[in-house]
Amino acid sequence: MSTTPENRNGLLRVSDLRTYLDVPSGVIKAVDGVSLEVNRKEAVALVGESGSGKSMTALTIIRLQPVVARILSGEILLNDVDLLTLDTASMCDLRGTEIAMVFQDPMTYLNPVMRSGAQVAEVVLEHQDVSKGEARSQVLDAFERVGIPSPRRVYDSYPHQLSGGMRQRVLIAMAISCRPSLLIADEPTTALDVTIQAQIMDLLAHLREELQNALFLITHDIGLVAEHCDRIYIMYAGQIVEHADTFTLFAEPKHPYTEGLLRSTLSPDKRVEVFETIEGQVPNPTDMPSGCRFHPRCPHVKDICREESPPSLDLGEGRMVACWLYE
Amino acid sequence: MAGDHPLLRYSVRRILQAVPLVFWVVIINFTIIHLAPGDPAIYLASVTEATPEAYAELRIEFGLDKPLYVQMGIYLWKLLHLDLGYSTWHNSPVLGVILDRLPATMLLMATAFSIASIMGVVLGVIASRYSYSVGDHLATLASLAGYSMPIFWLGQLLILFFALYLDWLPSQGMYSMRGVEPGWPAVLDVLKHLLLPAITYATYHMTLVFRITRGKMQETLAQDFILTAKSKGLNERRVLYRHALRNALLPVVTVIGINFAYVMAGSVFTETVFGWPGMGRLIFESITARDYPMILGIFLVVSMMIVLANLITDILYALIDPRVAYN
Repeated sequence: MSTTPENRNGLLRVSDLRTYLDVPSGVIKAVDGVSLEVNRKEAVALVGESGSGKSMTALTIIRLQPVVARILSGEILLNDVDLLTLDTASMCDLRGTEIAMVFQDPMTYLNPVMRSGAQVAEVVLEHQDVSKGEARSQVLDAFERVGIPSPRRVYDSYPHQLSGGMRQRVLIAMAISCRPSLLIADEPTTALDVTIQAQIMDLLAHLREELQNALFLITHDIGLVAEHCDRIYIMYAGQIVEHADTFTLFAEPKHPYTEGLLRSTLSPDKRVEVFETIEGQVPNPTDMPSGCRFHPRCPHVKDICREESPPSLDLGEGRMVACWLYE
Repeated sequence: MAGDHPLLRYSVRRILQAVPLVFWVVIINFTIIHLAPGDPAIYLASVTEATPEAYAELRIEFGLDKPLYVQMGIYLWKLLHLDLGYSTWHNSPVLGVILDRLPATMLLMATAFSIASIMGVVLGVIASRYSYSVGDHLATLASLAGYSMPIFWLGQLLILFFALYLDWLPSQGMYSMRGVEPGWPAVLDVLKHLLLPAITYATYHMTLVFRITRGKMQETLAQDFILTAKSKGLNERRVLYRHALRNALLPVVTVIGINFAYVMAGSVFTETVFGWPGMGRLIFESITARDYPMILGIFLVVSMMIVLANLITDILYALIDPRVAYN
């Protein structure tokens, strides 16, 4: 990867992050040497299958990884401050204000016994020195901004009285209420209807224009990111296997896994009889294959792939691929 | 506010349902007691070694010669006029005797019950925060012991240790025999008498509430919306008490409600062991004497307390969880 030591636009820089989970059956190397960057105002995607470690990467960045997780190594620089060295109180100050997060399932990520408005107002009251009335009007503003048609009604509603799309809008309003510079969205549309998915993605893009925040989008749906993201990281079995800007990645994928992902997407102008898939399955997380973790499923596998894990190759212009084919 | 109307409707519906319930409870109590072998006339006749003629007169005096449905009709009619009848053993109106004994029980049970409920919840929350630590394991073990110990046995142990061995606290009754000056010394005297029986009952109740709170809190803390709350930048106390506890409270309230219904059963043991002049001992004495009107009166009061406890529990449900009122 391009390690530009002086990147003035740099907002988030993660380097060599390792988050391992201790489970009864062994150790899961959920995040294993991940490095990535997100610049100010930029939209970056982290794409991978379920279980590839992308959500764990996001949770580690905001330091809300589960208790069974151990962070073995790495640096998470946000505005040149290493989040891993902060004490809990300073980390709490950053959450919601500098980094905010939107989660996958709006059904379960809202507190069922608190009114929606109160849940959002809580963020404002926690981080800003404002009166309750002021917080309320800020929340109503945020509700309007995320396209909630009747903010006052939604403010006094409990989550179970709202539709899935509306709940996701409440969660987004919560995340942007203190205008964070980095918004992490972990599969923000997976649990929603297809029509609502597009609306939510458009909303995130629109908000980014308005609030000038960076968006770090985590998804398994590579089709989703084409339209909305500047750069893409491809993650497989805990590691970043390819990185490029969106256009280049779609036009000219390098890693066999990326190729496979792109082939297996559907599009209306590509009529298919048989669904393309990637052969094989995601490896057992407690027992990773030797060498390149993708080699059991790779159509171009060579001897060296089975023995040694490939280095991250800098292909110039910010492109990176971890594959022996390009050595 | 719009949200309050369903709650009000719900509460009124619950109260209306409670009225016929109390009526049926009276009918069933009456029938069961009269179906049990023996009656007050037999008891009095055996105690006073009365002649068969005197026994027959007693039966007529108590109205026991009439058919059961007539007796029930007379009882219900008097009940409608708030007349609970005349105690065959105490030789005075039932209501008077009950009102005489009720305050002592209320003092003992209300104190023990409320302190134990609050402490159980608070300790449960703390234990869930430090799940599986040494302290948590010790607390869980201690609570198992406290919950498993029969009230009368624990009471006797406490009397042996604190009253007989250490001689710190009185073992029996509510007041000192030798009389104390009125005012603060008298209050202190009652408090000293109160301590052991209150601890005895509170131990059982507190450990139960503790266990339920701890378990439900652990479950709640693993839910998705807790992650949202943390990602807002809330500190741990807020997350625990504002987000987790309220969601964990439903089963806790259920247990407290059920336990409230069993308060009288608990008071029979506690008051008998400690010679506390309350309702619990009255129940014991009245059953021994087959004092029909007294037993019925006490049962009515107890039943009404149970109905009331359930009513309060149901309304608390709806207050805690807005989804309840709508179902």
